[in-house]
Amino acid sequence: MASPAEKMNLPPLPPGGGFLIAPVGSERIRTADDFTDDQRAFLKTAEKFAVERVLANAERIEHKDFPLLRRLLREAGELGLLGLDVPEAYGGLAQDETSSMLVTEAMAKNGSWSVTFGAQAGIGTLPIVYFGSEAQKQRYLPRLVSGELVSAYALSEASSGSDALGARTKAVLSPDGKQWVLNGSKQWITNAGFADLFIVFAKIDGEGFSAFIVEKGAPGFTVGPEEHKMGIRGSSTCALVFEDATIPFENLLGEPGKGHRVAFNILNIGRLKLGVACVAGCRNAIQLAVQYGKDRKAFGQAITAFGLIREKLAHMVALVYAGEAMSYRTTGLIDDRIALSSAKRGSLEHDKDVIAAIEEYNIEASILKVWGSEALSQVADEALQIHGGYGFVEEYAIERVYRDNRVNRIFEGTNEINRMLIPGTMLKRAAKGQFPLLELARSVGQAIARGELPRIGPGPLAREKRMAELNKYLMVHALQTAVDTFGPALSDRQEVLGALADIAIEAYAVDSAVARALQSARAGAVDPVAEACVKLYALESHERAYARAKKAIRATVVDPSACRGHLSTLRELFDEGPADVTALREIIVARTLESV
Amino acid sequence: MALKILVTAKRVEDPESKIRVKPDGSGIVTEGVNYKLNPFDEIAIEEALRLKEKHGGEIVVASIGGDRSMTEIRAALAMGADRGLLVKHEGPMDPAVVSAILAKLVEREKPDLIVLGKQAIDGDQNQTGQYLAELLGLGQATFASKVESLESEAEQKRQPGLLLSADGKKLTVLREVDGGVESLELSLPAVVTTDLRLNKPRFASLPGIMKAKKKEVKEIPAKDLGVDLAPRVLVKKLSEPPRRKGGVKVADVDELWGKLHGEAKVL
Ligand SMILES: Cc1cc2nc3c(=O)[nH]c(=O)nc-3n(C[C@H](O)[C@H](O)[C@H](O)COP(=O)(O)OP(=O)(O)OC[C@H]3O[C@@H](n4cnc5c(N)ncnc54)[C@H](O)[C@@H]3O)c2cc1C
Repeated sequence: MASPAEKMNLPPLPPGGGFLIAPVGSERIRTADDFTDDQRAFLKTAEKFAVERVLANAERIEHKDFPLLRRLLREAGELGLLGLDVPEAYGGLAQDETSSMLVTEAMAKNGSWSVTFGAQAGIGTLPIVYFGSEAQKQRYLPRLVSGELVSAYALSEASSGSDALGARTKAVLSPDGKQWVLNGSKQWITNAGFADLFIVFAKIDGEGFSAFIVEKGAPGFTVGPEEHKMGIRGSSTCALVFEDATIPFENLLGEPGKGHRVAFNILNIGRLKLGVACVAGCRNAIQLAVQYGKDRKAFGQAITAFGLIREKLAHMVALVYAGEAMSYRTTGLIDDRIALSSAKRGSLEHDKDVIAAIEEYNIEASILKVWGSEALSQVADEALQIHGGYGFVEEYAIERVYRDNRVNRIFEGTNEINRMLIPGTMLKRAAKGQFPLLELARSVGQAIARGELPRIGPGPLAREKRMAELNKYLMVHALQTAVDTFGPALSDRQEVLGALADIAIEAYAVDSAVARALQSARAGAVDPVAEACVKLYALESHERAYARAKKAIRATVVDPSACRGHLSTLRELFDEGPADVTALREIIVARTLESV
Repeated sequence: MALKILVTAKRVEDPESKIRVKPDGSGIVTEGVNYKLNPFDEIAIEEALRLKEKHGGEIVVASIGGDRSMTEIRAALAMGADRGLLVKHEGPMDPAVVSAILAKLVEREKPDLIVLGKQAIDGDQNQTGQYLAELLGLGQATFASKVESLESEAEQKRQPGLLLSADGKKLTVLREVDGGVESLELSLPAVVTTDLRLNKPRFASLPGIMKAKKKEVKEIPAKDLGVDLAPRVLVKKLSEPPRRKGGVKVADVDELWGKLHGEAKVL
């Protein structure tokens, strides 16, 4: 039987992690050029809302004006911004992942709002969309989509954050079988201070990890005081306490004992959205930096005339180029995979296909989460630096951007946890025969042994294509060496896994950036700024990948002479340029200064 | 009293994008420029929507331009207008041509009311509404505004600033004039142009955007309307305003006087 892809004459989709396998630029990736008219119009409305309603109220939001936040959620609901991922039968818009991402990006203009919005429209609503019963969907979704109800997602506990399955909150069925009795507490719950609805994870009889819907006012359920946070101060974060709290039996969400499916699948989506939002955050920070830098005079000239400032700007813009390439590529892959589903939109089968599509690309989601939050850390930091002393005071927006971003490396799975997941998932899939790591390792090994390494070919970005391929070689070589050395014990070698994750991240970033630029070429010529961004980013990234590969090898191969052998192999897998970075910088900065 | 209202939706350069004049002065550099619905037209559409919400009726939105102007018609439809008319015309236009085309549309559609932005933010001409009323022999009220602030409760409730009489035959329009507010009463049909403080336009909702795709938009080649499409006014040359020179600090009044009198020759 022909697969749906064959029936529709579509090329088969690459698997999760497929960027390591396919040669750079060999598959069409989705980019901003592919947005539909609707998506562009959605983005316009979302950005207008973010600027005129959210940014215009940034001060009030920062000072925890929760009635205002609720009103803004309501307004967002009226505009349809809360319902992109919700089926039409429950008042939603049933749009694809790319549309949902674009709205998420627009909301990222303010950190507190972005997190409030994400807790509502993302992690607070999606568990019911994908795992709720028909009655639960009807009862809650229309009012979540309208913003009438506010929701929160309560997984973390004081003693278990990363180790989410180690939750201690317990649920016991009442003797008459009509109610669940919850005991325990939750920690760091976004929106808790004013939410009506809580997705709470607890273990039935202390064992079967499960999800429940708890409504505000449930007997025995209380919300703690607000935390005093470093950033996203305008968002609500509180603990939840359950003391013999009772909720109706039918408020179990999904199957008993299958709460991990709810928790992890929702986290996969959350990570992707967070990564994409961070890339948008980078764009906003750059805009603040350029606006400030153009006006600020020092030594008789605008500070944007100074080489070190220009270097920062070029670096930041190049990061965004790669980040966008990864964002839209990933959401596009998910959408294309969902489009293969033959089930009816909104049906249970379709939901399963959606979940499976998102899960398929969870390596990419983790990459985006780590890369995005760390890119924003750099960009926010440098954008603040460009402000000098003014960046250190609250009067300037960049100060808040800097504080607000810090949490992005902590929640939705810390960056350490996400780093472990990247090679971890690859290895797990390889063991199940779902990812051809062995074949890949063999072909890379042979190529190295025969000296048949990627060469500089014809056409634009030739060296960067080579660097993109070499990043993958570095990854595969280091990974295979680690597997050969440690076997299953590799899972305990976190420094090695972390370094491998970093190489994989660089591999995806450069592969995506090069593919995006090549694809956007008109009449064989790549836009000079895109070309400069890719060249600059590829160079930095490839150097990092090389450094991490050396780190992984040193931590793997302890015998000095064997280690030296591996290191000299790595040297062959490294292309050190040349590149006229000053000229590249100037191409980027000229356009950046002109366009802001 | 249901009202049929014709509104306009011009595609204009987004002032947020960088506008540069071509070296030969023949126009502006369009590369990298974003476009949007003329903000004054947006106010006109909002006002029409409010009138419809209060009195019922139909809103027809018209734009004149190339295929791309469809985006602005769709934007108006996404806000809630009912159907669109795209008059296809490439090339230069002036208010005389635009109003002649609009007059033909009015003859076809026979609306009770025509609401336009007082001007488009590209050419800032502020003439089309006036020409149109004259061509049609209708009463006109330009610069429609209102007394309540844009933060007022009436505005929050999206009440129209244009007031329809109980019999539906007359419209009261407030307009800002030097030193006060003038109140005009017009017999319908009539032409109204909108000023900035008439209302705060709503955002196009996402469901609205999706519905807009299914609404009817009729394309009409301009040449089929039988009007003279030759502009009476030709733009000969565009030039950028002189760059502002950096200021200087003066030490005392004498030096200031010297500069104003001697160098700038303004005193
Ligand atoms: C503002 C804010 C809002 C939040 N909102 C929510 C929410 O709405 N819902 C919700 O459920 N949670 C929420 N959280 C909680 C957040 O998800 C957790 O803080 C996060 O998962 C980390 O857990 P933890 O704080 O217990 O840190 P820990 O798990 O104790 O981690 C401490 C450090 O150890 C590292 N570490 C832990 N385990 C490992 C490991 N196996 N390998 C390597 N390193 C490891 C971590 O990376 C981290 O650096 C929020 C947190 C904050 C700060």
